[in-house]
Amino acid sequence: MEGELRVSVRTDADLVTARAEGRALAQRLGFRPPDPTLIATAISELARNLVMHVGHGEIIMRPLIEDRRYGVLVIVRDEGQGIADVDAALRLGRGSRGGLGLGLPGARRLMDEFDVHSRPGEGTTVTMRKWRKRDDLERLREKRERRA
Amino acid sequence: MGSVAVLRKGDYLIASIQSDLSDTEVLALRDDLLERVGRFRTVGIVVDVAALDVIDSFVARALRSIAIAAKLRGARTVIIGIQPDVAVAMVQFRLDLDQLRTALDLDEALALLEREPERKRADGG
Repeated sequence: MEGELRVSVRTDADLVTARAEGRALAQRLGFRPPDPTLIATAISELARNLVMHVGHGEIIMRPLIEDRRYGVLVIVRDEGQGIADVDAALRLGRGSRGGLGLGLPGARRLMDEFDVHSRPGEGTTVTMRKWRKRDDLERLREKRERRA
Repeated sequence: MGSVAVLRKGDYLIASIQSDLSDTEVLALRDDLLERVGRFRTVGIVVDVAALDVIDSFVARALRSIAIAAKLRGARTVIIGIQPDVAVAMVQFRLDLDQLRTALDLDEALALLEREPERKRADGG
């Protein structure tokens, strides 16, 4: 269908680009309101953490194509100081300085799957996914289009 | 890059955000509005956020800081035009906007400001 998107994030203008790309990808995959906005908001929050606390990082967005569902995968990666206590950051929204701490609990509530990998000194990777179900009608219609 | 149109209507300022704003632009809007409150003796500010596709924690904090700082300068702030999807996202995110006054559109915002002025106008005693 389509490949992955990479957005290098350094400034707050990149953040606007990243969330616009995320929204557009969700819309192309047929996500209905309010999901594209939820995805864009989660991306915005994490991208801001990159700009404010680490300085720069990268956001990778990838469509997930399965028979019964479509998904958006978003990976937010930095090489900052890392988060010492990931559980606390997810619970309280506070991380160590230089990490992706702030806004994590809020962003997690907007997505279906949310995983944080971090080690002090080695940076942080947040992997998040949001899914939408594909109903029988949609799948039948596609089969018919493929045959035609 | 995004832009904001700021109009004067009587004792009120109406800031209409025209496109998605970067963080820097959100903060510039705040500083600009606060400066105009003093210059025009404004008693009410209406901020139209209908063009914002995303209101995350930073933008929410900036809107709140406009409202609080404007209040210290004697003006009341009303936010209008929060999109339905954006409202859902803000609820799920659990953004705290308790201190912000909101209205559906400009007419309602102006009615709200007329009903509850922050300070009496000079001509009204």
